[in-house]
Amino acid sequence: MEMVKLTIDGIQVEVPKGTTVLEAARAANIQIPTLCYLKGVNEIGACRMCLVEVKGARNLQASCVYPAADGMEVKTNTVSVRKARRVNLELILSNHDRKCLTCVRSENCELQALSKQLGVDDIRYDGERIDYAVDDFSTSIVRDPNKCILCRRCVATCRDVQGIGAIGATERGFRSIVEPAFDKSISDVNCINCGQCIEACPVGALREKDDTDRVWEALSNPDLHVVVQTAPAVRVALGEEFGMPIGTRVTGKMVAALRRLGFDRVFDTDFAADLTIMEEGTELLNRLQSGGKLPLITSCSPGWIKYCEHNYPEFLDNLSTCKSPHEMMGAVVKSYYAEKNNMDPANIFVVSIMPCTAKKFEAARPELSSTGHPDVDVVLTTRELARMIKQAGIDFIKLNDEDFDPTLGDSTGAAVIFGTTGGVMEAALRTVYEIVTGKTLENLEIHAVRGMDGVKEVEVPLGDVTIKAAVAHGTANAKALLEKVKSGEKEYHFIEVMGCPGGCVTGGGQPIVPAQVQMEIDVHKARAAAIYDEDRALPVRKSHENESVKKVYAEYLGEPNSHKAHELLHTHYTPRKRY
Amino acid sequence: MSTSILQDNKEKFAELQRIIDEYKDKEGPLMLILHKAQELFGCLPVEVQEYIAESLDIPLTDIYGVATFYSQFTLQPKGKYTIGVCMGTACYVKGAQAVLDELSKEIGIKPGETSEDFVFTLEATRCLGACGLAPVIMINDDVYGRLVPSDIKGIVDKYRGR
Ligand code: SF4
Ligand code: SF4
Ligand code: SF4
Ligand code: FES
Ligand code: FES
Repeated sequence: MEMVKLTIDGIQVEVPKGTTVLEAARAANIQIPTLCYLKGVNEIGACRMCLVEVKGARNLQASCVYPAADGMEVKTNTVSVRKARRVNLELILSNHDRKCLTCVRSENCELQALSKQLGVDDIRYDGERIDYAVDDFSTSIVRDPNKCILCRRCVATCRDVQGIGAIGATERGFRSIVEPAFDKSISDVNCINCGQCIEACPVGALREKDDTDRVWEALSNPDLHVVVQTAPAVRVALGEEFGMPIGTRVTGKMVAALRRLGFDRVFDTDFAADLTIMEEGTELLNRLQSGGKLPLITSCSPGWIKYCEHNYPEFLDNLSTCKSPHEMMGAVVKSYYAEKNNMDPANIFVVSIMPCTAKKFEAARPELSSTGHPDVDVVLTTRELARMIKQAGIDFIKLNDEDFDPTLGDSTGAAVIFGTTGGVMEAALRTVYEIVTGKTLENLEIHAVRGMDGVKEVEVPLGDVTIKAAVAHGTANAKALLEKVKSGEKEYHFIEVMGCPGGCVTGGGQPIVPAQVQMEIDVHKARAAAIYDEDRALPVRKSHENESVKKVYAEYLGEPNSHKAHELLHTHYTPRKRY
Repeated sequence: MSTSILQDNKEKFAELQRIIDEYKDKEGPLMLILHKAQELFGCLPVEVQEYIAESLDIPLTDIYGVATFYSQFTLQPKGKYTIGVCMGTACYVKGAQAVLDELSKEIGIKPGETSEDFVFTLEATRCLGACGLAPVIMINDDVYGRLVPSDIKGIVDKYRGR
């Protein structure tokens, strides 16, 4: 690799050619402030917070887009640099709706942090503002243009990373705004509710629809039996909201906190993930044997499902009919569990704690109500759960570990890896291999489907057939893969798609990591490593060996894909308009 | 996509497809295509923008962003003359509503609409900054003040024949 040598604030650094001055400064332990920059996603030099002096250059330069070159001399902390950055920041603040006290992002806001870092103690300009209506019609995403600083990080994420473009920069000058086309609500366009734009937003202009009040209300209603379940990815991220390092496993503390909040039962979505493998594995084998529609495509990710409904109606029959795991859990709680405990499902309230904003939309789908009641009553994101724990005054860090409640809280390592890209495929292959061949899988870990490559492929010999499988994450990658399937360039039996890049660990409901931290830490890698540690730490690591799943089949469901299983655990899809 | 405008304008959409095919591989095709489309349809309504987005396989927001950024593009069909009736406080107090009603009656359209012959578009607007002349209307760049409903026919007639 060709290297270049430069000095930054008198410190010699050597970096690969093509590195920006912003990144090179990190090598000298200098943090240049940024606002519109989001590594690898939005590098447009728009906000001018990252200005530096480059010897020989006429004006101050935006370091996030300025390539480091041999012999360059850079100064990041001069009077003129500090002054220019501050004026720019004050201009942004001058027409910002500065209500930090009531803002969800207070204390995790890049604008607020910058204001402190740059020592802004007065805002000398008072800019005129347009008073925009807050768009809160969506089940998942709330847009507040009054807080938007027009950095376009969300636009680049939605358009380029997700391949959607549900929101864009429109109008000009004073009227510039980031919004869906034709002034529509985000609930009325092709938004898939993935929440990746929220993760990208440095401020409080995009946020999840907060449903904590509905849960507090249910918890204080003595007539309701309130059951909670947690998705695999939540346990490796929740700790971040309490200051723990990225990638800390807090499964036991999370369960303890949920009990203290007053939930009557704490179940694990992982149980339902094992159930999903039984249902979906069987569906795959049936389709293979009976010449059914292939490739079979996974259906755990509601962001991906809505994307498919908008953009690939011709693939709806390829989707597995399996509900997503937490919906299966809801249906099992309101049927099997209700009957067993002599309860009226009308009095059971199911709350799902998810790393995902799209699951809020999913829970509201009318077809997902097998018992005549919604399978899941409320979905909370990881962030909302943290909010409730804080509101309740629970000292999370000091909690002792507790276990999930029995049966519907029992799960395997195969289930926990659902939380990252490749995990559903790996879990399915572990089970399908053993069921078809009757042999024990020597090496459980299928590394070909792990990691952050956009599309991953694997071939697994199963007796006389070889299963060809592919994994895609993030909808832009899914699109690329499906186009190849459509054109006949590629053929597969089985495809896993997760709507968010990296899968659920980096889902749109997870703790928001500031852009500056993302420059240092690979968030997906850290959280996924925790997921794989969790898998390795569990005594049972294959879904078909989950004794509690076997028990529920024996006592209630019959066998995978039985009539009863179909009633409770499967669903159908709806084609939607492209825009 | 609403089918009605597609069916009513089959030929125009066929022409639009020809335009897209001609320009899509050129440098900066979007501006060119939007210009031609506006010539063809007189404006860039949602159906036309969706059609272009789908043909080029780009997000609708890309097109809408360009269409709203440049003032030469318009999203709704407009008449040759846009009549803005000030509904600001001063004008309202001095009888703007009666003036607006008279305009509606005279041209036969409601505020926000365009006459079928595309001569007039009628709009209710905010304060035009000429409160001393209240009630005020503007027809393109011409200002008329201190109006009473009986003035309207004469004014409108001036533009009708042009
Ligand atoms: S977005 Fe940030 S700066 Fe703006 S009100 Fe919220 S916390 Fe304060
Ligand atoms: S939720 Fe996803 S699809 Fe919707 S606007 Fe945000 S990034 Fe785009
Ligand atoms: S909504 Fe947030 S991410 Fe999007 S442009 Fe505005 S401030 Fe930036
Ligand atoms: S211009 Fe560099 S961070 Fe915005
Ligand atoms: S109120 Fe009509 S011009 Fe001011």
